[in-house]
Amino acid sequence: MAAIKLIINQKTYSVDSDPTMPLLWAIRDVIGLTGTKYGCGIAQCGACTVHLDGIPVRSCSIPVSSAASKNITTIEGLSTDNSHPVQQAWIQEQVPQCGYCQSGQIMTAVALLKRNPNPSDKDIDAAMQGNICRCGTYPRIRKAIKTAAQLTKSKAPAK
Amino acid sequence: MNTQQEISRRTFIRSTGLAGVALTLGVAFPTRGETIEVLNTSAAETQGIDFNAWITIDTTGKVTLTNHRAEMGQGSFQSVPQIIAEELEVDLNQVSIVFAPGNGSKYGDQVTGGSSTIRGSYENLLRLGASAREMLLETAASKWSVPKSECYAEAGFIFHKLTTRKFGYGELVLDASKREVPKTVTLKDPKDYKIIRKPMPRQDTPIKVNGQAIFGLDKKLPGMLYAVVERNPRFIGKVKSFNEADVRKISGVKHVLKVQRDVFGNLLEGVAVVADSTWAAMQGRKALRVEWDDSGFDYPNTNQLYAAMKSQLQSGKVLSIKTQGDFVGTFDRAEKKLEAVYETPYESHSNMEPLNCIADVRTDSCDVWGPIQAPDWIQGEVCGLLKLPPEKVNIHMTFLGGGLGRKAFTDYPYEAVTLSRDIKAPVQIVWTREDDMTMGPFRPGMVYQCRGAVSKGGKIAALEAYAAGQNMNAQSPGADKTRYNSEIVDGLLKPYFESIPHYRFGDAPIDASIPVMWWRSVYASTNAFAFESFLDELAFAAGKDPLDFRQQHLGEPRYQALIERLREVTNWNNRKKNEGYGVAITECFGSIVGEVAKVTRTEAGKVKLEKVWAVMDCGWYVNPDIIKAQVEGSIIMALGAATKHATTFADGKAVEHNFDRYKMSKISEIPEIEVHVMDNQERAGGVGEPGLPPFTPALTNAIFDLTGKRIRVLPFSLDEV
Repeated sequence: MAAIKLIINQKTYSVDSDPTMPLLWAIRDVIGLTGTKYGCGIAQCGACTVHLDGIPVRSCSIPVSSAASKNITTIEGLSTDNSHPVQQAWIQEQVPQCGYCQSGQIMTAVALLKRNPNPSDKDIDAAMQGNICRCGTYPRIRKAIKTAAQLTKSKAPAK
Repeated sequence: MNTQQEISRRTFIRSTGLAGVALTLGVAFPTRGETIEVLNTSAAETQGIDFNAWITIDTTGKVTLTNHRAEMGQGSFQSVPQIIAEELEVDLNQVSIVFAPGNGSKYGDQVTGGSSTIRGSYENLLRLGASAREMLLETAASKWSVPKSECYAEAGFIFHKLTTRKFGYGELVLDASKREVPKTVTLKDPKDYKIIRKPMPRQDTPIKVNGQAIFGLDKKLPGMLYAVVERNPRFIGKVKSFNEADVRKISGVKHVLKVQRDVFGNLLEGVAVVADSTWAAMQGRKALRVEWDDSGFDYPNTNQLYAAMKSQLQSGKVLSIKTQGDFVGTFDRAEKKLEAVYETPYESHSNMEPLNCIADVRTDSCDVWGPIQAPDWIQGEVCGLLKLPPEKVNIHMTFLGGGLGRKAFTDYPYEAVTLSRDIKAPVQIVWTREDDMTMGPFRPGMVYQCRGAVSKGGKIAALEAYAAGQNMNAQSPGADKTRYNSEIVDGLLKPYFESIPHYRFGDAPIDASIPVMWWRSVYASTNAFAFESFLDELAFAAGKDPLDFRQQHLGEPRYQALIERLREVTNWNNRKKNEGYGVAITECFGSIVGEVAKVTRTEAGKVKLEKVWAVMDCGWYVNPDIIKAQVEGSIIMALGAATKHATTFADGKAVEHNFDRYKMSKISEIPEIEVHVMDNQERAGGVGEPGLPPFTPALTNAIFDLTGKRIRVLPFSLDEV
């Protein structure tokens, strides 16, 4: 056991845990932010995706100790009021069915759009193919990413 | 919208009742399809009836509607209140929606399965909303001393047509709640609907894009422990011994003990490691060594299972399901005849949320929380297990991270309840992905043997279809294995039973120790592949266009309309030569769905699935956007089962244990999907499942059209066609 400093959604936590415990379980069981989901435990489904210093990572497969003092963003950190353009687009296109994988889908999409504000179908395929959806919401995810790109553009200050 | 996910109906009615200022009306559904009176709470209490669905309006005008079914993605969270709100004349944005908890009363049927939520209850739900509206209208008319006909309801208000007077519903509930519930109500003409049949956005979407929706695994109780269970990988064997002392040394581990779950009356065994966190329990399990007693059981592998099915078919030991005319004579005399064998794999459900359940058993009561499709079945099982009356057993439904039939089973709550009873603490059992994928029950693998003949006029003269596989309805100890499984004909369009003069359908069941059960669209999910592939083979043998061939056997106007729509949206009559088109039409759970797949060759010579069109005829319907989403999802799920994944067995154990081996369809692999919904006057049919069965045969028929190659064994790789 060791005290590990975690910075999640700009809030600092001290977590007393086995340093090899995956970040996922620290976020869910210790800190109690349950929006990040357990799906496979081996980085094959994407349900546990969070951002580590802005990069999407599979929190089920990285030890909590390696996330110490880094900036972690979970689905709860995107906005307090569903105002993030990706959340807005997900609502507009009515993406979720069961909803379980959507936190991970959204976190991956947010990272894609940050890197590439105007992704093509191919870019979307490449970025999103590690995120499984058993309900088959893929056609709507594709649409919503394009909608989010538009929403982001229209929100951005004119140059 | 305010979403209260957990609330006991009794507590809710009691608390609103205590204030004495709410109008609460409800219905209970005695059996599917039957109607029952709409009642107020005092009448319900007098008659000992528990409501499945109810409306409450308080004095502030706040409206609360229940969803009596599980929400696993299929949209009942939205569509049940959408029906009630239409006749109640309230805006959906003004209402709160709550899940109804498990209802042990004999009146209830809450099992979310068989695509039954809407088709089983919509008429009752419409009457429920209309009854409350009429009571509010009567109250307002009486207060104003005007005829009721001069009043109308809209958006949560009663208006007087001749003046500007109006009452909010909240102002009327005190008096309305004292009125008799009307015996009869007039329902709206569908053409006047304001909410129903509109693509209303789902009320659960906002909380599913910010992490706030609470799934089973997200629920926590104070002092709750976490458990993972090592279960017998061969399903049926018993625990002989385990190294409790070693496991207890692992940090955080509190208990190590044997646990059971009830699978079709067979008590399957495992060893639970209980700890203060999920991770600690998983670490404890890594140190766990269990010795199993598997004696007396077969250790089947996939080849043996399929060999058994084929030998059963060849032995002629077939239970007759349905026959007409003289198949054998007609087939023997026929000039054009063919035979084909089709194989479909075992599949796991692999919902994105692995199975899990919380139980808190106390000396005189029990609470269960979880992603649950069948709360009333679970309540029944727990009552028996703990010898408690129904009012002491509360089953709370969370959102389900997928269900697909698996979460209608009661084994995982059974495990949680017995574990909590034994350790005397609230506990959450977490199935790892590996547990979820390898422990079953699975969709049964099947082999179909089809024979048929076509007449000189190009119609089906004779058809025989025999299916071999495990019968999911005969797994309990002492089950009658001489009874045929009638679900072997599910999926086939009903008019074929009229238009094919000579046929016979039969069931050739095999026995195996692998537990099997419902998987989205159940037997239709595999039957359809055999039936619709073989029809395509017969059409080709007859030299007919596959859509024309089907059309000439399906005389009824409803089927003709669907085929014409399919022809129109796909531009069927102008198909391009260098593209492959395949069609399949199936019927199950009260709905008819036709799908057409289009495939092409890529420059690299590979087959590519370009597009799928679907025409859904589910009769009376609620929300076209939810229907479209369900059909899109059904097609994508079927694509995975056809081309990506299967569960195989070796040495009696399931081989594929995580998504690295059991590969799901990815966003890069899906076609464009276009869904159309038929408008007609038919009764409501199911929506969650019927879109799945036609996809696979539509795809393989399209591949035949493009390449001349028949695919008769699933799964197959699109890259290797």
